[in-house]
Amino acid sequence: MNRSLAVTMFLALLLALGLAPAARAANEADYKTAYSAAEAAAKEAASLRHQWTVTVSTLAAAKKAADGGDFDRAVAAAREAEALAKASIFQAISEKEAWKAMEIR
Amino acid sequence: MASSIRVRATANGDTTEVQALIQHPMDTGFVKDAKGELIPAHYIQQLKFECNGKDVFVADWGTAVSKDPYVKFSFKGAKKGDDLKVSWTDNKGASDTITAKIS
Amino acid sequence: MKAARTSILLGSLSAALVALALTSPRVVAADKVDPVADAKAFQNFFFQKFPTVKHEDFVNGPYSMNEDMKRQWQEKEEFPPYEFALDAGKEMFVTPFKNGKTYADCFPNGGIGIRQNYPYFDEKEGKVVTLELALNRCREANGEAPYSYVKDEMASLTAYMAFTSRGKPMDIKIPDDPRALAAFENGKRYFYTRRGQMNFSCASCHVQSPGERIRAEILAPALGILNAMPIYRSEWSGMGTTSRRFVTCNSQTRAVPLEPQADEYRDVEYFLSYVANGLPISGPGARP
Repeated sequence: MNRSLAVTMFLALLLALGLAPAARAANEADYKTAYSAAEAAAKEAASLRHQWTVTVSTLAAAKKAADGGDFDRAVAAAREAEALAKASIFQAISEKEAWKAMEIR
Repeated sequence: MASSIRVRATANGDTTEVQALIQHPMDTGFVKDAKGELIPAHYIQQLKFECNGKDVFVADWGTAVSKDPYVKFSFKGAKKGDDLKVSWTDNKGASDTITAKIS
Repeated sequence: MKAARTSILLGSLSAALVALALTSPRVVAADKVDPVADAKAFQNFFFQKFPTVKHEDFVNGPYSMNEDMKRQWQEKEEFPPYEFALDAGKEMFVTPFKNGKTYADCFPNGGIGIRQNYPYFDEKEGKVVTLELALNRCREANGEAPYSYVKDEMASLTAYMAFTSRGKPMDIKIPDDPRALAAFENGKRYFYTRRGQMNFSCASCHVQSPGERIRAEILAPALGILNAMPIYRSEWSGMGTTSRRFVTCNSQTRAVPLEPQADEYRDVEYFLSYVANGLPISGPGARP
């Protein structure tokens, strides 16, 4: 749980500081790595039945950018999708117990 | 198929209050369907209420009226038991009519 | 563009942190499933939060919370927008299938005045069966194609069945079966679980904020919210079923909705209906 939070924060930070896209332009291999990581995280979120709509649309945006040859944008979108998926997994796991705090008793 | 018009008219003294609900898509022609194709305009052009052979309410409508429109108005000069005829025609040439008794 | 994305990310992150903060302090002691006590606590919560609302008025959703809306609604009820669906539903209900049977053959009491008993726990199947599910199963058993769960025909049929049951108190039973208790508990879990990028649970709106505005709308209380189903929503300019309400609520919190009549939806319908036991059926309803 803490690890996935750390990963999420790290990715968020990377994006926030604009460090994610490295100095050189991204190529197709970078995209494939980023996309498959994002896809795996999204699959896990879906299996927990906690998928977010934004994860799905950001993943689609990454694919679309890659199909258009814009790998910088594709990699950025894929990383964003991965961060979103990781956040939704965190939500799913923490809510396994946290929902009880909301309950009317 | 049941009528597309629901109407209720009640006389109270010399005033008759009329309420009507009409089932109609009232498509504006600006909305797209799920496939992204424009839904052609389809709307009521004229709505008419007649009582004892006289027009008591005539509305010329365009596309700015909502789907399944609801109309409420009152008029003078009718009494219980009179017939109130409601009719509409739309831009595709379809029409419907119903006659209700004022109660 | 980048700034906007970043803020969304940071937003979800802080939401996650809030969720984390909520987890730790509260350690829940009793995990025994006790639906009777749950229903009592649930009803008392709303009765105490809204001491001036008559108990049977909760089923009228936002109209029980706002005088102004209530007056508009009462006027609308003289000529309700669900009337066309109701007539269509009645016609469909009495029209025989190709094999000559009708919906009445599938339901106790010919399907009239039974809405308050749905959903029920089917001990043979080991699962919750909702009215919408039972209707489609009835169609399939008689060689007809099932209807879409979210609107049109399904909404018309359930509108008619609700109408014949108006005023009857919701009467959901939980049999002495561990699977039924598990379904109730799972429904409760689903109801209180935060989901979607907005990090909202059903309870975030319908327990914490009924009567408050969300944009231009007044939120309905969770208590009795299903008693009014199906509903004509002006926003949809059409009818919607319980399934439709669950699906759209999910997507509004930016959660990917489940398929209609998924186990979770069936269970949450079971939970919400059970805790509304005793409150009258008011469907079909009209909502802004």
